[in-house]
Amino acid sequence: MAEPMGFFTDTSVCIGCKACEVACKAWNQLPARNGGKVQLSGISYDNTVELNGIQWRHVKFIEDFTPDRSTERWLMMSDVCKHCVQAACLEVCPTGAIIRTEFDTVVIQQNVCNGCRSCIAACPFGVIEINPETNTAMKCTLCYDRLQAGMVPACAQACPTQSIQFGPISELRQRAQQRLEQLHAAGVMQARLYGHDESILGGLNAFYLLLDEPGKYGLPANPQLPSRNLAPSAALSAAGAVALGLLGLVGLRKQRMDRLAAEERGQGEGSHAG
Amino acid sequence: MAITVSRRRFLKVGGAAAGTAAGALLGLGVDLQPKQVRAQQLRIKDAQVYPSVCPYCAVGCGTLVHVVNGQIVNIEGNPKSPVNKGNLCPKGAAIYQLHVNPNRLTKVLYRKPYGTRWEVVDLEWAMDRVAELVKKTRDETFVETLPNGKRVMHTTAIFSLGGATIDNEWNHIQQKLMRGLGIVRIENQARI
Amino acid sequence: MAENHPVAYRYVAEAKRRGSKLISIDPRYTRSSAMADLYVPLRSGTDIAFLGGLIRYMIENEKYFKDYVVNYTNAATIIRDDFQDTEDLEGVFSGLKEAPQGTFQKYVYDNATWQYKRTAAWDAAKAREEAMKAATFAEMIQKMVPPPAEKDPTLQHPRTVFQIVRRHFSRYTPEMVEQICGTPKELFLRVAEMLAENSGPEKTMTFVYAMGWTQHTYGVQNIGAAALLQLLLGNMGRPGGGILALRGHATIQGSTDIPTLHHSIQGYMAHPDARRKHDTLRDYILTETRPTSYWANLPKFMVSYLKSMYGDAAKPENDFGYDWHPKIAGDYSFMASFHAMALGEIKGAFFFGQNPATSIHASLIRRALANLDWMVVKDNFEIETAAFWYKSPEVQSGELKPEQIKTEVFLFPSAQVAEIEGTFTNTARLIQFHEKAADPPGDCRSDAWFTHQLALRLKKLYADSTLPRDEGFKNLTWDYDYAPGTYPTNTRIQGEPDVMKIWREVNGFKTETGELLKGFGELKDDGSTTCASWIYCGAYPEEGRFLPANHTPDPDDKPGTHLGWGFAWPANRRILYNRASADPNGNPWSERKKLIWWDAGQKKWVGYDVPDFPATKAPDTPAKPGATGLDAHDGKSPFIMIADGKGWLFVPVGLQDGPLPTHYEPMESPVPNLLYPKWQNNPIAKVYEHERNQLATIGDPQFPIVLTTYRLTEHHLAGGMSRWLPWLAELQPELFVEISPELAAEKGIKNLDMVRITSKRGTIVAKALVTPRLRPLTVAGKTVHQIGMPWHWGFMGISVGDVVNDLGAWVADPNVQIHEMKALLVNVEKAQ
Repeated sequence: MAEPMGFFTDTSVCIGCKACEVACKAWNQLPARNGGKVQLSGISYDNTVELNGIQWRHVKFIEDFTPDRSTERWLMMSDVCKHCVQAACLEVCPTGAIIRTEFDTVVIQQNVCNGCRSCIAACPFGVIEINPETNTAMKCTLCYDRLQAGMVPACAQACPTQSIQFGPISELRQRAQQRLEQLHAAGVMQARLYGHDESILGGLNAFYLLLDEPGKYGLPANPQLPSRNLAPSAALSAAGAVALGLLGLVGLRKQRMDRLAAEERGQGEGSHAG
Repeated sequence: MAITVSRRRFLKVGGAAAGTAAGALLGLGVDLQPKQVRAQQLRIKDAQVYPSVCPYCAVGCGTLVHVVNGQIVNIEGNPKSPVNKGNLCPKGAAIYQLHVNPNRLTKVLYRKPYGTRWEVVDLEWAMDRVAELVKKTRDETFVETLPNGKRVMHTTAIFSLGGATIDNEWNHIQQKLMRGLGIVRIENQARI
Repeated sequence: MAENHPVAYRYVAEAKRRGSKLISIDPRYTRSSAMADLYVPLRSGTDIAFLGGLIRYMIENEKYFKDYVVNYTNAATIIRDDFQDTEDLEGVFSGLKEAPQGTFQKYVYDNATWQYKRTAAWDAAKAREEAMKAATFAEMIQKMVPPPAEKDPTLQHPRTVFQIVRRHFSRYTPEMVEQICGTPKELFLRVAEMLAENSGPEKTMTFVYAMGWTQHTYGVQNIGAAALLQLLLGNMGRPGGGILALRGHATIQGSTDIPTLHHSIQGYMAHPDARRKHDTLRDYILTETRPTSYWANLPKFMVSYLKSMYGDAAKPENDFGYDWHPKIAGDYSFMASFHAMALGEIKGAFFFGQNPATSIHASLIRRALANLDWMVVKDNFEIETAAFWYKSPEVQSGELKPEQIKTEVFLFPSAQVAEIEGTFTNTARLIQFHEKAADPPGDCRSDAWFTHQLALRLKKLYADSTLPRDEGFKNLTWDYDYAPGTYPTNTRIQGEPDVMKIWREVNGFKTETGELLKGFGELKDDGSTTCASWIYCGAYPEEGRFLPANHTPDPDDKPGTHLGWGFAWPANRRILYNRASADPNGNPWSERKKLIWWDAGQKKWVGYDVPDFPATKAPDTPAKPGATGLDAHDGKSPFIMIADGKGWLFVPVGLQDGPLPTHYEPMESPVPNLLYPKWQNNPIAKVYEHERNQLATIGDPQFPIVLTTYRLTEHHLAGGMSRWLPWLAELQPELFVEISPELAAEKGIKNLDMVRITSKRGTIVAKALVTPRLRPLTVAGKTVHQIGMPWHWGFMGISVGDVVNDLGAWVADPNVQIHEMKALLVNVEKAQ
């Protein structure tokens, strides 16, 4: 097993240039929405609006001004799949299309996915959607193909300010901690890390430095795995038939994963999670 | 006297010769052995790589152009360039679509005087026609001497405008041709 | 910078991580402001008032870098007794006079009184007469050396530059800055303190600007004010200092160096001009050569240039073909030319990769295009200029009809960057080579192919002419075809010129042997060298060595001048005037800020950059009285292109509109000029008069709002390279107008409402983006609203929208004829 790899996105230096969005589309050959013919959203400079099957990086813009401008902040954040250590999508995928790679990233194998949408409902971050061109579920692969070739993911390479940093998770966590301390020392007391430790879904392999509450960025403060929250939330909100089947599938998939994990331990290889 | 230049010879000195992408993909120190799934085919694995420069703003970011079977398949930042170290802005990241784009013109379009539609015309015919028009207008409007006796050897009836994203080599031969003909209304985006 | 040049901003981000401070001064809160330690709003068009306030602050509080100012600037130089400042004449300098016909101006200046006071009498006209009799160019130049200027190194003499500057800016108090700019006094003072804290021997500070400073009727003086301030603070010629122009196109620097511009020929030499004493080559050289600077070499540059034009036909006995070279006789700049086109004076036009149908006062430009007999557009997509005859708003409204437009239109498809080999010069003067990766599709060709093929055809058409007027063109050298057997075989495109042959001509070679020149030091004024562009000389120093293709960056532990990456003109120097990075004795000002220094042991300048100074000229070298060139300067004079080797706080020659920057209002302003009520605007600004080119009056109640325009990082210019790309179109899909919540409330406008924006020249519509990033300012006691619009849109492409430049006016800076799209007056109303 290779070392777990991921993203540390430092929003304090994000300039909202969207190079990550385009670099991602260019490398992964994703189309623009409606061929680029879309309407102004009116939400600051955000016109791609969400993560979905053809939008694997998305820059959020939050204008935070008091009427007298005594506080003036324009927060920007490049959002992406979190590559959760406890990945809800992977848990619920009935076909085994979603895998955890040797880099500890979460990838949907396009030749296996049947477009059942289970993962879409399960993701607590709203990351996954169907790509209308392929009718399969799609999201960030953390440029699995580039990683296998020893290359940096397209978005991280393009990012001009190193807001998006790519590397071994252990190293990224150190860098994040240092940056947090630097900001705190500079008086930016609102700065905090999100997803850098096990407290959120066992850890996010794409974690963040935020300048405010997660809610300010539209991130859930305490996201839950569907195996824990399906009954109260997803089952009620998702389309009935699919959701009813989901509980069972989660169970099956959990069993399979536990067995695999046991086998791996038996071979003397440590768990990659954590 | 004519001295021939061996094509791409200088690049040996510069150390920027094109190679294949696979040679450039080292350095991360990760284990490339697939564990749970087969390795994906990297789509630029066997591509020829050409160093280039972004054509948008004046920062001059280095890019790498990947070509497979004569077709451009990818353009991304050149990590080696001290200008951008592999970074790009959204425009730079989109250069591929400047090249591979269904809206792109590939034929000469021509509109007759008082015409109401475009016609597709032959490139050579169009070049000949433009040359004739330049000569006609120049010859009709050329001024050797102003009424005050000052020599000017020019025409002010032809205007050449453009374009600050076009190579230095074009700028050189364009201004030389224009000035050589006595065309003095030469302007560029750089003015405004 | 973060907004429009994100990748250049990466180095600011790095500097910030290491503790640097960033200030954003802008009429609106941008993506750069979001990154800044301090955001400072100001009214668009009031930068000289702001910078003037900083200049006053540095002088009055003695925050300037005294050693630098005394030694490296003209602060100590004494100006003529008859010079009068704006303080003496209530807003204008001495020398103002009525403009001659055809200049598009009311007034112009005679700069005679702005000159240095000389230590002896000096009759320039008489010297010139004598010089005309000299045998060689060098002797001619020698006779033009004036006596030295009077100086007072104590800076106390009332007519020293330093005291004149002090008096000139005495009224630019923090209170006045607040009144004019609308910037709260406390914020202004915070900026002043931060700049002072971050300048001096240990630290440097830089200004970064783009069109926010240049697109004004006093754009050049905006930059001049920054230069003055940076000289006072000792920030020129030093690492981390300077004034950085963030230019907006891949080789906009290159097309200024190799000028596709009417006013200059190669390497910043003035274009031969029938309005000046340029009748013969000797006249030209006497008028244009600055005898006591590196420009003393101009005869070599000029003769070598003429050799590059006319080859063997350029001989000493025919003034190297100078008479064949055209002379300009007027203002042929962008707006002046469209003005002429609107009056029907232009018959044919070429538009290469530029889209005037969306440019300044675009509706008037589109009407002008209909006056042409023929036009050629060469571009990647069917841009607005190509489609004006059937798709423009004027045709849609029925005002113009295709069947009544005579213009014969050609639209040639273009090859794109990866389909061509060639070079761009970036905003740091760095020439970089790009390889050809693939053939372009169909009939797409490089622009160089087009020009080369057109030239070959014209050469044939004129081959049999015996007219004297065609002699020059017949003698014009045109040798760019590949040598037999060397044309690339891996392409289906035929007829491309050989890029390396073009570079032979640009770089230059010895005419006898064909040997490439290693640098401009080898140039001669006798015809034995040919060189199109003296500043690019040395980029191709020998066969097989083409420095723009160099790809060896510095390793991480090196200072990062990257001398092995590309080629920066001149002579691969990365920081101009870098002699100023060392103190007068040649030692670094500080360890932190060292760049080059004098090595007494080796008796030469050494360091991390190529010295922009004679390599072995010791700091204690005295100036040679009466000498020409750099011998006229001592070893402590870093500014080698300037007549006295000093940085000019006060500019006696070269600027049309005064030796010092002065605050004037934009041509359209909501308020009177508080500093000089008698002179509202730059007195010599240009106005290209036309019935459709009307201006709003001062504080015009019909147009009470200030509009400023700008670019977004998601698009490029008028969109010709971005609105056609789906990936970019979706990022900023529609034209919008940024409006403060305060103005929106006043006008009953909600976010995403369609609104109408009207200037004295036109009306457009756009969607409202109501944002607190815009804010009303209090200016001269009244509330002034500012709105902002990106100007990327037009009527062709994937993403379409109204042309913001339709609102613009044909008014111009008198030095460079740039327009004033950064500060207009408009009104805004809800459209429904």
